[in-house]
Amino acid sequence: MTAAIEFRGVSRLFGDLRAVDDVSFAIEPGEFFAMLGPSGSGKTSCLRLVAGFDAPDRGQVLLEGADVSAVPPYDRNVNTVFQDYALFPHMTVLENVAYGPRVRGVDAATRAQRAREMLDLVQLGAQGERRPAQLSGGQRQRVALARALINHPKVLLLDEPLGALDLKLREEMQIELKGLQRRLGITFVYVTHDQGEALSMADRVAVFNKGKIEQLAAPRELYTRPDTAFVARFVGGANVAEGALARAISGSEQPFAIRAENVAVQSESTPLANEAVTAPGSVVAVQYHGAASRWQVKLDAGEVWSALITEDDSRALNGIAVGARVRLSWPREAAVMLKS
Amino acid sequence: MNVRAASTFFYRRPNWYLCLLLVPPLLWFGTVYLGSLFALLAQSFYRIDDFTAQIVREPTLATYQQLVTQPANVDIVLRTLTMAIAVTLACAIIALPIATYMARYARGRMKAFFYVGVMLPMWTSYLVKVYAWRLLLAKEGIIAWATDKLGLTGLLEVVLAAPGVGGPSLSSSYIGMFIVFVYMWLPFMILPMAAALERVPGTLLQASADLGARPSQTFRNVVLPLAVPGIAAGSVFTFSLTLGDYIIPSVVGAPGYFIGMMVYVQQGTAGNIPLAAAFSVVPIILIFAYLGIAKRFGAFDAL
Repeated sequence: MTAAIEFRGVSRLFGDLRAVDDVSFAIEPGEFFAMLGPSGSGKTSCLRLVAGFDAPDRGQVLLEGADVSAVPPYDRNVNTVFQDYALFPHMTVLENVAYGPRVRGVDAATRAQRAREMLDLVQLGAQGERRPAQLSGGQRQRVALARALINHPKVLLLDEPLGALDLKLREEMQIELKGLQRRLGITFVYVTHDQGEALSMADRVAVFNKGKIEQLAAPRELYTRPDTAFVARFVGGANVAEGALARAISGSEQPFAIRAENVAVQSESTPLANEAVTAPGSVVAVQYHGAASRWQVKLDAGEVWSALITEDDSRALNGIAVGARVRLSWPREAAVMLKS
Repeated sequence: MNVRAASTFFYRRPNWYLCLLLVPPLLWFGTVYLGSLFALLAQSFYRIDDFTAQIVREPTLATYQQLVTQPANVDIVLRTLTMAIAVTLACAIIALPIATYMARYARGRMKAFFYVGVMLPMWTSYLVKVYAWRLLLAKEGIIAWATDKLGLTGLLEVVLAAPGVGGPSLSSSYIGMFIVFVYMWLPFMILPMAAALERVPGTLLQASADLGARPSQTFRNVVLPLAVPGIAAGSVFTFSLTLGDYIIPSVVGAPGYFIGMMVYVQQGTAGNIPLAAAFSVVPIILIFAYLGIAKRFGAFDAL
């Protein structure tokens, strides 16, 4: 099967900055593909290359097997939901949604009909005559979605589409977007810096760092078997031991990661369990999150590690205050070896 | 009361603070600015006694009747209005590509160069520029010389032979006057237009292209509608400046009178203050009519 999108050795340079640095990957048709990374990691630059707002300096971008590196956005069967929605302020909601068919020469009655269908799809059927400025953030988001989907694109690009919404609305929209993608069977390429969003929605996630892909894998694999220290930290929020710290704990410089939920906090007087690895330190802070608490412990070897302690286990730690001496402990098999 | 106490006093009473801030400028605006304008308008409802040449201070519409019934006066109004419309259209057409480049493409030094370049002529004396243009456009001027050297004298003669707007030379024709007007008011069109275009977010243009619009469609459907408030603002400048100007028509161009010249002549040599006042009401009415039409066409919808 031909890939919906393929990058072959793509680079995009801005002066000395390698925004995209020799990146290759393929996205299957119908896949929900997330590009995850901190700002400036190259994920949005890749999205712009797919949309056609930018052209690669080296390499090729292929849509359904055809090199589109020189094809302008208006000749690509790809549509985008922008981070700021980019709704046309001088048009009504209906006119916004009908814009795609309009510039492609569809007659007024047909395009109005199709726009109304799209608005029904995103549950905004009654808002067609309003201006974007009169809508809430969540509603604008849906208009942007309807406008991008009306041309029946093969690929929908979403550039941090939920970034401006509050938490509850964001979670609702995540479920809705995922359901919409399943129903329509369109390839979604979803750019985000929120690892929770990427893990919960995507079939596969590409983790970007400094213009390169650090790891491309399914969410569960990314979380449980991170390849690199960057992925372990950024995706799993894991504790990472490298170099001197790794040697101090395990005796070798082989870097490894331990997720916070696998780490227990013990007072120094607790007897050591077999098969447990430990590291001494002192408590820096305890953040209460309800179901669990995050303990920040400064290891004697230098770094601050965190341990996620469930509410039940927290009771055993009553009386241990900030500044107290503790021991972090985890089962030997919980350590995930990383590429050095 | 020391400064800190005074600050606290006004901080606690924002309305007092607002009064302190607004009263002096409002006094100026109300009395000196609008007051004198209304005093002027009031003059237009007086009339001048034809025998004594004295102003008769009784409310009457006789002066306006004189304005709208004498063909010479109507000609002056129509001539000025036609020129104002032509100058506004020409300024809009020339300014659009320049403003688009300044707002959307120029960066850094290029942008600064264009902004300074547009404003530079405004830092020079108005009179110097007008007289300079008279020399440039004169029969022996550089433009006639250049067309001669390029072998285009025939073309210039054809242009100057145009009925109504031509003349013996550019400097004594309405075409020449038109050129000077366009030159003078172009910055007043470019700057608001560029400001309006600067405010159009780049993602709107990307969204338009993304949805399948070719650049010409994006320009027509997105850029132009969003630039219209800027074009409207600029056109109010070019339109009203042309309606009121009396120096350019008296230095360059054909001998026909313009509204501004009539105001100057009537209140000066002729001593007919009521007629001068009535003439100066005409641009005000025309500009209100212009704004009404612009609003009707949705020029201010995007504000």
